[in-house]
Amino acid sequence: MDFKQKHILGIENLTAEELTFILDSAESFKEISTRNIKKVPTLRGKTIINLFFEASTRTRTSFEIAGKRLSADTVNISASGSSVVKGETLEDTAKNIEAMHPDIIVMRHNASGACQYLAERLDCSIINAGDGMHEHPSQALLDAFTIRQHKGKIAGLTVAIVGDITHSRVVRSNIYCLNKLGARVRIAGPGTMLPPGIDKLGCEVFNNLEDAIRDADVVMMLRIQRERQGATLIPSVREYSRFFGLNEAKLKLAKPDAIVMHPGPINRGVEMASSVVDGPQNVILDQVENGVAVRMALLYLVSGGDSLQND
Amino acid sequence: MKTLIKSGRVVDPANNIDEKLDLLIVDGKIAEVAPNIDAGDVEVINAAGLIVTPGLIDIHVHLRDPGLEYKEDIISGTRAAAAGGVTSVACMPNTSPVNDNLAITRYIINKAQEQGTANVYPIGCITKGLKGEILAEMGELKEGGCVGFSDDGLPVKDGEMMRRALEYANTFGAPVISHAEDLSLVAGGCMNEGSISTELGLKGIPSVAEDAMTARDIMLSELTGARLHMAHVSTRGSVELVRQAKARGVRVTCEATPHHFMQTDEAIRGYSANFKMNPPLRSREDLEAVRAGLADGTIDAIATDHAPHHIDEKNVEFAIAMNGVVGLETMLPLTLQLVADKVLTLNQAVALVTCRPAAVLGLDRGTLSVGAVADVTLINPNKEWTVDAQKLLSKSKNTSFNGQKMKGYAVRTLLAGKTVFER
Repeated sequence: MDFKQKHILGIENLTAEELTFILDSAESFKEISTRNIKKVPTLRGKTIINLFFEASTRTRTSFEIAGKRLSADTVNISASGSSVVKGETLEDTAKNIEAMHPDIIVMRHNASGACQYLAERLDCSIINAGDGMHEHPSQALLDAFTIRQHKGKIAGLTVAIVGDITHSRVVRSNIYCLNKLGARVRIAGPGTMLPPGIDKLGCEVFNNLEDAIRDADVVMMLRIQRERQGATLIPSVREYSRFFGLNEAKLKLAKPDAIVMHPGPINRGVEMASSVVDGPQNVILDQVENGVAVRMALLYLVSGGDSLQND
Repeated sequence: MKTLIKSGRVVDPANNIDEKLDLLIVDGKIAEVAPNIDAGDVEVINAAGLIVTPGLIDIHVHLRDPGLEYKEDIISGTRAAAAGGVTSVACMPNTSPVNDNLAITRYIINKAQEQGTANVYPIGCITKGLKGEILAEMGELKEGGCVGFSDDGLPVKDGEMMRRALEYANTFGAPVISHAEDLSLVAGGCMNEGSISTELGLKGIPSVAEDAMTARDIMLSELTGARLHMAHVSTRGSVELVRQAKARGVRVTCEATPHHFMQTDEAIRGYSANFKMNPPLRSREDLEAVRAGLADGTIDAIATDHAPHHIDEKNVEFAIAMNGVVGLETMLPLTLQLVADKVLTLNQAVALVTCRPAAVLGLDRGTLSVGAVADVTLINPNKEWTVDAQKLLSKSKNTSFNGQKMKGYAVRTLLAGKTVFER
């Protein structure tokens, strides 16, 4: 297949065929990371800038390693706070970077729509590494890759996602991705963390964790941000954990061979008990490992690659 | 000085007129409205094929003057008005400094009279500095020419302050104009709350933020017997609250903007800040409710909430862009669109931009009665054109209708008998 997308702004505007193609491509790249010499010349001479306006360890490192293993020159920029606080607009920041002729900008930004904003104003490829509460496409792809790795398929599976749905870009991208690939999605969280109309994106909505994970093939827990406690969303982390945290007893409601996922970073003892984090059903580190392969595929495909040359 | 407007279709809802007539203007006033006037040697304007209406009135605009002239000023704003067929505007007080004192009111009126191309009626602040703490000197402001009072852009948060404002303004026969918004429910939202805000990952503003404040202000108007006008109603709930209040005899009126009866929050897909305003674009259901409110008379006026902003204030991430869109130059065709859509009759549509808004603020404008000031708009109702933001006469280009096809525009605008715009 010819991959025509110049940017990866979200899962919403990718087809099932394109998603599968990205996952298949990632399979070919995964092996590279297990070699003794973990580098191929595929993107030699290309410049990739990781432009991160929000703190990130996992995603930024993953994109950086992905670029380096493809022999691209990768540069990391951590812009603290919003562009406005710095006194420079996002457009000016981005245009200054573009003047140095990068091929790809990988951006994370706290404003929903920021990546689309950039894509409309710059000539280089933009990969969304998370924009506000909107999308986080590479996360959804590495999740799908991990599910496929463990379940052999995605179509027909039931995936339960539990946590702060309102503020989660991971959820939105996952709902689009899993639906397009034929899975059923259930979401659960306290009423204060369930946004209106979320069902229209393609999911069944639950008010309690137990009903959501019953007989599920995949249980995905979201990070609960501690700063949300005591405000209007949850009274305390303690109460949240009691009703929406996953422990071994609750996990028994899911299918016996269900896998447990988390986009990280984990609050042990809040959304997941340590015994589950470290338990036999967790695939959390597989997600991280697969993230590199998926991001290699994305960098490769937006660079115009359509046939794989593994050296 | 005599001018004869010949053979136009004169639509003057205040006098229940809709027929082909001539209109004679003598010394800036309407002298005669009749068929086939023979006035001898006068300036003749051929209005065959055109609609002749009282000059349009927009009771909700931001002229940004004094202090924010980089967005708009009284000269550019009234030029935009004239180009839109609008001869009278009421301008909101959130300038810099704000219009909470006689000096600013006089500045606005004088500058408009000396350099403007429309009548400018200042709205004074309800509270000093728009701070919601101390009443502005409404008596003196009214004497100086303010026609109503509003802290527009901000709600009067404190219930007692709003009550006293209504009572005090009523002393001087001026309406209080409420920007209804419960900020605790807005809670940092930047677009209408609903499935679209969820999809886009933008924090939503629930419609109840408007409804709750509308309900409070209507009840305070009922308590005090004072005149209340609700600015820019945008929700099904607030239209219904005004409808019920009117049925009970509450002295409340309200207005709606063209963007709220033409566009919904779905336009925000793509994150263009030119679709960001306050109140935000709402759902399809709300749009239909606003249209129903216009059709059954619940809504008294079409007003644009013309809110010019510099490109630099809009060309940013959606969540941090300023609220507001310009509207003066598109009000007329969008109002006529309601006639094409069979929501309104032509008579109703013209009333909503002439005599009815005049009544809301007690302006002696909006009619073609003999003896009235000759503010007149000549309209080509069939002319198709496309909005080009860069060609707007307003200093700011933040229209939500850029690139859209319109039908109808003003071909000539007369202010007190004098042509201030012609194309």
